[in-house]
Amino acid sequence: MSAEQSASAPIGVQHRPQFGGVDDVLIRLGQAGYLADRATATTVYLADRLGKPLLVEGPAGVGKTELAKAVAAATGSEIVRLQCYEGLDEARALYEWNYKKQLLRIQQGSAAATASGETWDDASDDIFSEEFLLERPLLTAIRRHDPTVLLIDEIDKSDVEVEGLLLEILSDYQVTIPEMGTIHAARRPFVLLTSNATRELSEALKRRALYLHLDYPGPERERDIIVSRVPDIAPALADQIVRTARALRAMELKKSPSIAETIDWAQTLLALGINTLDEAAVKETLGVVLKHASDAAKASGELRLN
Amino acid sequence: MSAQTVETKGLLAHLTGFVNALREAGIPVGVGECVDTAAVLASVDVLNREDLREGLAAVCVKRPAYRLTFDTMFDLWWPLATGDGVALGKGGADGEGDPDADGDPTEAGDGQPDIDAWRDALAKALMDGDSEMLKRLARNAVSQLGKGAAGGGRESYYSYRVMRALSPDTLVAQLLDGLLNKAESERGGMQEQVARQTIRDRLSEFRRYVDAEVRRRVAEDRGKEQVAKTTIRPMADQVDFLRAQSDDLAELRRTVHPLARRLASRLSARRRLGRSGRLDFRRTVRASLATGGIPINTHHKPRKQHKPELVVLCDVSGSVAGFSHFTLMLTAALREQFSKVRAFAFVDTTDEVTSFFTPGEDLPTAVQRIGSEANLVWFDGHSDYGHAFDVFEEKWPEAIGPKTSLLILGDARSNYRDPSLQSLKQMVGRARHAYWLNPEAQRMWGSGDSVATRYAEVIDMKECRTAAQLADFVHDMLPGA
Repeated sequence: MSAEQSASAPIGVQHRPQFGGVDDVLIRLGQAGYLADRATATTVYLADRLGKPLLVEGPAGVGKTELAKAVAAATGSEIVRLQCYEGLDEARALYEWNYKKQLLRIQQGSAAATASGETWDDASDDIFSEEFLLERPLLTAIRRHDPTVLLIDEIDKSDVEVEGLLLEILSDYQVTIPEMGTIHAARRPFVLLTSNATRELSEALKRRALYLHLDYPGPERERDIIVSRVPDIAPALADQIVRTARALRAMELKKSPSIAETIDWAQTLLALGINTLDEAAVKETLGVVLKHASDAAKASGELRLN
Repeated sequence: MSAQTVETKGLLAHLTGFVNALREAGIPVGVGECVDTAAVLASVDVLNREDLREGLAAVCVKRPAYRLTFDTMFDLWWPLATGDGVALGKGGADGEGDPDADGDPTEAGDGQPDIDAWRDALAKALMDGDSEMLKRLARNAVSQLGKGAAGGGRESYYSYRVMRALSPDTLVAQLLDGLLNKAESERGGMQEQVARQTIRDRLSEFRRYVDAEVRRRVAEDRGKEQVAKTTIRPMADQVDFLRAQSDDLAELRRTVHPLARRLASRLSARRRLGRSGRLDFRRTVRASLATGGIPINTHHKPRKQHKPELVVLCDVSGSVAGFSHFTLMLTAALREQFSKVRAFAFVDTTDEVTSFFTPGEDLPTAVQRIGSEANLVWFDGHSDYGHAFDVFEEKWPEAIGPKTSLLILGDARSNYRDPSLQSLKQMVGRARHAYWLNPEAQRMWGSGDSVATRYAEVIDMKECRTAAQLADFVHDMLPGA
């Protein structure tokens, strides 16, 4: 049994894997500035190889969206992004008809039509054609001929119906437009869905996708990330930042510090010329990593800053 | 592919056996996913065990809660090594009896393992945060120190024996000294707190390795199917609230939190049944200008948000200690989700505890304060549901109104006192929804001093012993929404 014969591969959709192996993924994501761990790399590799969507779930700020950007950079793909929100609908996600243009076409045509004997059927065929179709991200991603990464960001923010909308794309890489028929993908995009797990996603969606639970990185990897993003920082200080951030994350705060915030922290300390993270330094810069007054109060208490 | 026969042994059979074991352990793996596991097997380098593990996990594990069980099963089905560490992987055979393989034999003269040498090696590995070393130590420690007599004259391996022998918890002071460079000024301050957290992380890492190794050894001894049945701890959402241990509770908390969010959205879901609200005439006409006065797109005013209000009434008496911890957990989580939550706790009388759950308040502190500050005991500190309801009706009748959802949490064991059905009836009658979650098995209801069956006639009572059942409750509350 080979990968090409995997269960869900629909016939006719071109699929060209872009990664040669797990190590290849690691190296190329690394070159794109994303230090992945082996689990992440393996999952990305499989999603690419099996041609399946990848659902990445985890707390805010662990680099889910960054991963999609890095995959795009590593494979030389264009990124098409669908940002989900409550109230997102078909017209915003998939496609819409350009009503204004259609109306103009009808008005402009009606005079000519009486002269040339054009029937209603001709006109209606005409106004539901390519020319009047407005592409939204999902349709755009399906129709692109060049390598594409389709990022469906924060799927958990959208209403449940949107998941239903996605199912056709995720399993068969096609979109059905009632007036025009089914549009198949010219080339399979690499689909990456992110979720903060604020609500449980439907089984149907999860069944179609590979799943990666992305959590805060281990201390070594987080230090490497900080050093790679803020090259001027002293490794010892990066180490202190990571350990302090881990202590903060263990406190069950309302908003735990994300990786982006530890990077910000490193930059802040560097800018302030602080070389060691002692009580005074933390007190001064805590606002960079903690975004709630109650969190700051709790952290000060537990870290005995006062 | 040419004509196929059903394989009864070999790799594919092994794989289906693994998938079946996952299903039996409670991880739902569909047929399509089972096929995908085979595709994974074909795609990754099977000799690289971690790649295989992550690959299979990506296909089979769709919820973080399943991950521990999956890892356990994976270790059973794809063991790293056999026996005392005749390695199958690339790690090579490790020396036997040494805390670190290249050290000297650590047996003292009398043939007993030299615990001090072990502890030194462990302390060093913990200090350096050396995962490979910790893994190796765990492996050797289990084979050297973890063996103990099992029933029926057999021997088995136990984590607790390793932990008792090495007692890594007592190393904390020594590790702290090491991490803090023994600088006196740093003790007690922030650095110490940070260092403690680092040590906690590393200790739990070591403990994980030991547990995994023990499972592996036991599996070898008794067969993986047997171990899969007996040694795997139930997943967090299957743990009985009344029997939950402290680390289960931490896990539960993570499960309960999203549930509270879902419960809140379920209760407020009715507002969304019609997707949009009244027609916004102004905006519609304005937009129609673009289409020559034809209102193709209609605009609607957003519906008024129905803010759900919630009254939680929970039993915090000793008989439901495990459950009440959970109920308070749920209450705290709900507190953050609902616009207006009033929490009441009772033993034999009722007191309002809403103020203890200010957002961001630490839960253990809140629970402690409820125990010491709230006025919950009236007579003798044994549950008295009837009196609790009466007091509630007398003091806070205005808390329950037509917009309120009422949630009662308790086992309805009222010590043979008057159940005061009338008060409950009044409360249920005024509320918009009313539910009772009971942590006892349904077959126990009505036995002994339980008045659950009688209350169940008045209020919708649900058995809720595990987080999974709570999830079902949340799911069923508003079908189709």
